[in-house]
Amino acid sequence: MGEVKLLGGLGFSPYVNRVEMALKLKGVEYEAIAEDLKNKSPLLLQYNPVHKKVPVLIHDGKGIAESLIIVEYIDQVWEGPSILPKDPYQRAMARFWAKFIDEKCISATWKACWSTGEEQAKSKDESVEALKFLEDEIKGKKFFGGDNIGLVDIAANFIGYWLPIISEVKGVQLLTEEDFPNLWRWANEYCSDNFVKEILPNKEALVARFKSR
Amino acid sequence: MATSGVKLYGGRPSPYVNRVEMALEMKSVDYELVEMNPYEKSELLIKLNPIHKKVPVLVHGDRPICESLIIVQYIDDAWTNGPSILPTDPYDRAIARFWAAFVDDKFFPLLRQMRDTKEEEAKRLVFEKVLEAFVLLEGAFITCSKGKAFFGGDTVGYLDIALGSFVGYLRVSEMMNANYKILDETKTPCLAGWAERLYSDSLVKDAMLDPHKLLESLTKLQALSKTDSD
Repeated sequence: MGEVKLLGGLGFSPYVNRVEMALKLKGVEYEAIAEDLKNKSPLLLQYNPVHKKVPVLIHDGKGIAESLIIVEYIDQVWEGPSILPKDPYQRAMARFWAKFIDEKCISATWKACWSTGEEQAKSKDESVEALKFLEDEIKGKKFFGGDNIGLVDIAANFIGYWLPIISEVKGVQLLTEEDFPNLWRWANEYCSDNFVKEILPNKEALVARFKSR
Repeated sequence: MATSGVKLYGGRPSPYVNRVEMALEMKSVDYELVEMNPYEKSELLIKLNPIHKKVPVLVHGDRPICESLIIVQYIDDAWTNGPSILPTDPYDRAIARFWAAFVDDKFFPLLRQMRDTKEEEAKRLVFEKVLEAFVLLEGAFITCSKGKAFFGGDTVGYLDIALGSFVGYLRVSEMMNANYKILDETKTPCLAGWAERLYSDSLVKDAMLDPHKLLESLTKLQALSKTDSD
């Protein structure tokens, strides 16, 4: 099927992790190449000259950037469990929620944890509003993808794993069982899934990373 | 595929609504355009799009779909007759998506910033950034078109729609002030030629936004809105 390389970070990025999940779901063998974003390699600059970011998937010498675009590419190219639904409407909904997570959830919750004062208060409100929508969406479902992990679950990895860790480090309560019982349940389901567990970064390493920021 | 019960909510001047029109035209889908003022968050708009409260919203049967590029992809998936909007090759498809995201995440915000900057020198600086981004898109055109007429090759496709919906606005920029010419055949000759071809392409020409009418609508809308809530 051609050589596959994944330009990743130093093991902490949720965006790189999304691609790792998709590759693992499809059973694709690949070479992981670590990138230090403070010292960008010629390979990264060659394959993602526009944004100079990871992840970048290099398949058969051709580079693809942007995590969700890479995930859809992987779903299209390799056999194995479907990451996106087959039904056009369900596909549209999956894309909608994945985009919502990227544009509304991640930036708001990240800011809420790292900022202070008025900016933090504003980000906290935005986070709560965004998480409420996700809470409604996950009600009655094991995963966002239904019985199996799908695009939205992969996109929501930051919410399920990174956010609780950052919240603990920074002492900022956002995703609590009391406020978001269904999303909380999903996060636990997701992180304890045997498949997902294997590729999530080590918690202690992540904690150390965030403490050192 | 049944073409009954297709409604597109949104206003003519919006390039995002226009993308959906272009896609529907490509697939020859009969639809009803329901004009909505995007600055008035009506009860109906909130019901159709509770999360973002924005247009366009496509309602097919009784199911609403939001976000212009997601709608365009839905149209491609749901109506399998007619030309394909997205490339069939996975790599070409990924590249088309990459540049469409670039239009939304980098190019359009710069255009909007340029429009909103009143002070001449500051505006000039943003204009330079707009041109830089446009030059990147020129490069994308050369890669994607592979020597053919459109980003999609011989026929218009996803990226033609994603960027083509802004062409009317690029013309308006120049009409309002000749110093702000973005579609410049000396700087981005491929895109300048491409923009012309869109207005005569049989698949999308009926949906392309007329810059003169746009200028009129824009003036009216700006008078109605208190704050710009793009």
